[in-house]
Amino acid sequence: MTNTNGRFGVHGGQYIPETLMNAVIELEKAYNHYKNDPEFNRELTELLNEYAGRPSRLYYAEKMTKDLGGAKIYLKREDLNHTGSHKINNVLGQALLAKKMGKTRLIAETGAGQHGVATATAAALMGMECVVFMGEEDTKRQALNVYRMRLLGAEVIPVTSGTATLKDAVSEAMREWTSRIDDTHYCLGSVMGPHPFPTIVRDFQAVISKEIKDQILEKEGRLPDVVMACVGGGSNAIGTFYNFIEDKDVKLIGCEAAGRGIDTFETAATINTGKLGIFHGMKSYFCQDEYGQIAPVYSISAGLDYPGIGPEHANLHDTGRAQYVPVTDDEAVNAFEYLSKTEGIIPAIESAHAVAHAIKIAPTMSKDEIIVITISGRGDKDCAAIARYRGEDIHE
Amino acid sequence: MSKIAEAFNNKKAFIPFVTCGDPDLDTTKNILRELQKNGADLIELGIPFSDPTAEGPVIQGANIRALKNGITTDDIFAMVEEIRSEITVPMVFMTYANVIFSYGMDRFFEKCQKIGMDGVILPDVPFEEKSEFDKSAGTYGVDFISMVAPTSEDRIAMIAKEAKGFIYIVSSLGVTGTRTSITTNVKDLVDQIRKVTDVPCAVGFGISTPEQASNMAEISDGAIVGSAIVRIIEQNGKDAPAKVGEFVKNMKSAYKAS
Repeated sequence: MTNTNGRFGVHGGQYIPETLMNAVIELEKAYNHYKNDPEFNRELTELLNEYAGRPSRLYYAEKMTKDLGGAKIYLKREDLNHTGSHKINNVLGQALLAKKMGKTRLIAETGAGQHGVATATAAALMGMECVVFMGEEDTKRQALNVYRMRLLGAEVIPVTSGTATLKDAVSEAMREWTSRIDDTHYCLGSVMGPHPFPTIVRDFQAVISKEIKDQILEKEGRLPDVVMACVGGGSNAIGTFYNFIEDKDVKLIGCEAAGRGIDTFETAATINTGKLGIFHGMKSYFCQDEYGQIAPVYSISAGLDYPGIGPEHANLHDTGRAQYVPVTDDEAVNAFEYLSKTEGIIPAIESAHAVAHAIKIAPTMSKDEIIVITISGRGDKDCAAIARYRGEDIHE
Repeated sequence: MSKIAEAFNNKKAFIPFVTCGDPDLDTTKNILRELQKNGADLIELGIPFSDPTAEGPVIQGANIRALKNGITTDDIFAMVEEIRSEITVPMVFMTYANVIFSYGMDRFFEKCQKIGMDGVILPDVPFEEKSEFDKSAGTYGVDFISMVAPTSEDRIAMIAKEAKGFIYIVSSLGVTGTRTSITTNVKDLVDQIRKVTDVPCAVGFGISTPEQASNMAEISDGAIVGSAIVRIIEQNGKDAPAKVGEFVKNMKSAYKAS
């Protein structure tokens, strides 16, 4: 019988070395205990509200709405959280959990650096040691975030193996965890990896859709027609979707990084170009060749530059509950500039992928329909890279 | 009795590992000949994977070199098919779940049976996920090798009870690679396994010297050496076979001395 632990349809599971099995079992037990513990939840809520600045705003983007001339557009402002992205929601939860488990050291992978910064922040706050693995390529793309992590007291280890991007950072963090388990918690940043991570991270990010629901009901007296978010591993997207999954009339759209296009090899659009496989602890969709070798994916966005997608998303795709659309570098950069100029909000280049798709669909929808876009992070970190994309050579 | 058991029949097994196609498949064949000639009792053949998460830098490097050469699973099947009549010791594949899953579970194991592969080791498939692989492998007479780690504790009995071929004891925390000393109480792991099964146990991860190999074989049924051999191949390329042979010869004489 196939393991039923942490399955979403056929996806998920625990494809990890035997060395780590007791660690994930211990984590699952601890999580199942603390998630129902009033004291744990009180502490976490206090951290989210007082430290991270929750609830984040649901902002009516009036100028964008008028400019596009269709559906009413709201932005869920995860960019306004402390550390500048949704990553802090999950990290505060996991760090608190790790601390309760008696762990004194956090390790993490990071792509754009947002999860690394969030983990370094939580470690500083809670007096824990922190080591962040980051692809060497990404340390160059996101030099400012490397400095931020070091400023926060974390050690940043550039990963040179493979393509030196997010997938290699995940591999290296897993290797590190195998070698040091007793005092170390692997603070995984997305809804991926072996069970129970996809469930834990989803639960900690579900606060996004819980708030959207309350806020939109208060503002509009009804649920939105579309909620959408960018998808790499898929943590802000699952957070955005989760409390709407049961509301069948709410359309869920995940925006994948198509890089230079899904008809090229320079893409990271997993649902649109990948196939079923087993990697990084889970069964899900992966960009890979015919022999199962993981593809060297590409996106302008370091945070979406990952060859897989979380197992719950893979299942939402299989069941048709959510739709996953590709968005190219060009479209994302245009949206990055568009939102900056139209609303005075500079989104992360990751989030700009979702904005780009909204720009496409909003005009086709009627004025009494509502779209909610999650702005997963702020774009300050991306300014230098976007300037270079536009041929302007500025350095941080 | 599976063919793998022959490797442990009234002797301590020496089990070398090589990554197929590093530096090329002809060299791999010559290495296999040398391994057998110098006393290897069972041979582990690595099918390269792009992202080998259980490997240290040495074997990662071998995987990358082989893939850069364009080596595919089918090329490796063809190589084994060509040389299997010469190599009479049992052989097992060591690779990662996705290599087999993407090839097609039944298609992969049917091929293994046809070319005479006796087992498969998948470091990213623990007990909880093995059934899908084990079922297909069993249909084609291929043993799914189980692993026991220093952290397995209460899981050991469950794993050992269903083990086939041999049990791969992971000597240390972390990934593959040579270590100056092994601090795990391996003897204790073996004793716990012995309580539930007679399936032989071989120890791997971190073994690089003849002393380490003979010590580990002494307290179990055999020793597995990977990174130390792969490093010789990395350093000597096409000239590696004779040097690997010499290395194995030294390992085996340490066995006899003990």
